[in-house]
Amino acid sequence: MGGIREDMHLADYRKGVDMVPSRDGYGHGLLWLCEHDDRVVVCDADLAKSTRTIWVRDKFPEKHVDFGISEQDMLAEAGGMSRTGLVPFVTTYGVFVAGRAWDQVRTSICYGDLNVKIGGAHGGISVGPDGPTHQSLEEIPLMRVLPGMTLVVPTDAPECQKATIWAASHEGPVYLRFGREGVPVITTEETPFTVGRAEVYRDGDDVAIIACGPLVYEALVAADTLAKEGIDARVINCHTIKPMDVDTVVTAARECGAVVTAEEAQVYGGLGGAIAEVICQHCPVPMRIVGIEDTFGESGSPRELLDRYGMNSGNIIAKVKEVLKMKK
Amino acid sequence: MVETKELEEISRKIRRDIMVMLAEAGSGHSGGSLSAVEVLVSLFWNILKHDPENPAWEERDWFVLSKGHACPVLYAVLAARGYFPRETLWTLRKLDSILQGHPHRLKTPGVEFSTGSLGQGLSLATGAAMGLKRQGKPNSVFVLTGDGEQTEGAIWEAGMTAAHYRLDNLCAVCDRNYLMIDGNTEEVMGLDPLPDKWRAFKWHVIEVDGHDLRQLTYAYQRFILEKKRPTMIIANTIKGRGVSFMENQADWHGAAPKKGEQVQQALADLGFTAPWEEYMKHDFDWLG
Ligand SMILES: Cc1ncc(C[n+]2csc(CCOP(=O)(O)OP(=O)(O)O)c2C)c(N)n1
Ligand SMILES: [Mg+2]
Repeated sequence: MGGIREDMHLADYRKGVDMVPSRDGYGHGLLWLCEHDDRVVVCDADLAKSTRTIWVRDKFPEKHVDFGISEQDMLAEAGGMSRTGLVPFVTTYGVFVAGRAWDQVRTSICYGDLNVKIGGAHGGISVGPDGPTHQSLEEIPLMRVLPGMTLVVPTDAPECQKATIWAASHEGPVYLRFGREGVPVITTEETPFTVGRAEVYRDGDDVAIIACGPLVYEALVAADTLAKEGIDARVINCHTIKPMDVDTVVTAARECGAVVTAEEAQVYGGLGGAIAEVICQHCPVPMRIVGIEDTFGESGSPRELLDRYGMNSGNIIAKVKEVLKMKK
Repeated sequence: MVETKELEEISRKIRRDIMVMLAEAGSGHSGGSLSAVEVLVSLFWNILKHDPENPAWEERDWFVLSKGHACPVLYAVLAARGYFPRETLWTLRKLDSILQGHPHRLKTPGVEFSTGSLGQGLSLATGAAMGLKRQGKPNSVFVLTGDGEQTEGAIWEAGMTAAHYRLDNLCAVCDRNYLMIDGNTEEVMGLDPLPDKWRAFKWHVIEVDGHDLRQLTYAYQRFILEKKRPTMIIANTIKGRGVSFMENQADWHGAAPKKGEQVQQALADLGFTAPWEEYMKHDFDWLG
């Protein structure tokens, strides 16, 4: 029987978890960078408070630039600044950057390989009562298809902080996707984090659950329930969607023989799509995708929405049962 | 024409419903809803050709809320005009409600376009005005933008298009409350001289006190008479207008009054003294 890997130094989530929004990790990461990296400049589009760039504005006002509500302009201007040696962290909600400013990200930033970091806030349906206009569900595919882009979906606030700090050290475009709501803190300072490397948090070889963002926690909870039924699930935190850790995914597919992915996003083209591409080409096994089934969300509380749109541990368990039947 | 006195009373009650609705929802946008009350009341009671029984009426004038976050004011107005029962207001932002956190045309009668991503509504309205005009239809299109919203480049792209095609059936209003989320517009991203910018873009520009119902009605009438140019009414307003602790406070942009004492205080400022839930409970005469 497998189990949680000691060397991952996870928080003891079974005893209860702290709920912290991942955006806080982004804010703390920015503060650290402002103190340690002269090149960093934080760009904001009239959303300082909710994206946490206000922490920078308060403490390092000279490092904060507000563009007003002009996301497309901000993205291209960040590209301009990056050519002068600065490292801009451009911050707004996912819908407004990955969506509205996609062409600027594609042609000016990725095609031109400009050193721009993008903080995509308010990812996922857990944005809640603001409704579908603000619930970003499509950034993973939108950013993943761009050559040269690095795309990270941190699982919790500490991981988001590590990813933010890492981004400054990387040369080239980076997109960080994080959420609004408090989510379980499952990692610690000692938890390994390397961009481009998926971490196996729980050993098991009946089925592999590959998740990103807050659904890694749901996957761990699902695995605990499955264990009681004698099903041994491997749980993988696949925080880096691009570049994908092909080895870890293929190994999981080969050793477990069945895969379920889980993400707080559309089921098309996201983490599930990325994993399917790997599995189909390298080691075809039964697979299912947990996510939003090709629809927009609605207003409601985060918990209600995650349940209604099928992104809790129960939904993961149901998909695991499906792939296990196919596996036989 | 509804008397100004009566419109003032309606405005007060719209503000009451906005506050109660937001308190019950537990989240949402107070400031920009309160600043736009008179802009909508004068339009929906005195100017707009519309039929609440038949929102898709061919001969209606269109209204587009480009600053979609201010939908509480639109919902309160639509309910008061009979598009849906007033009780619906208390479902705002809740699961299964027809009243989404930002306007959605497929869920709410009277909503022409789904908005909430700023800087798109003026283009939608311009497109509608162009479509109507090309088909020789007499309908007018009204659209309300925020002032912060006008820092979006797309606003100015639409501005060029509307003037270029001489869309005199298009009337935009800018809710000039001088606040966006991060602070004063002139500190975050200066817009002034805003009226001159629109004049340079070849629009017919009218500046009014956006809480003066007489001035607003007059401005809309001037739009109707104007030929060959789109009209931009710059409505000078106060964000959070009517609720003392919200007025001119950027922090009340995206916050709702708390149930209990806080919403009670807001209602008191508006001259309503009954316990706040009372205004939800019975379907009393709306204007009573
Ligand atoms: C494209 C886009 N970017 C950012 C936001 C987030 N946002 C919502 S309201 C707002 C400020 C709007 O200010 P203003 O237009 O002045 O509105 P008002 O003062 O009338 O409420 C912002 C930045 C958004 N809804 N859409
Ligand atoms: Mg404003």
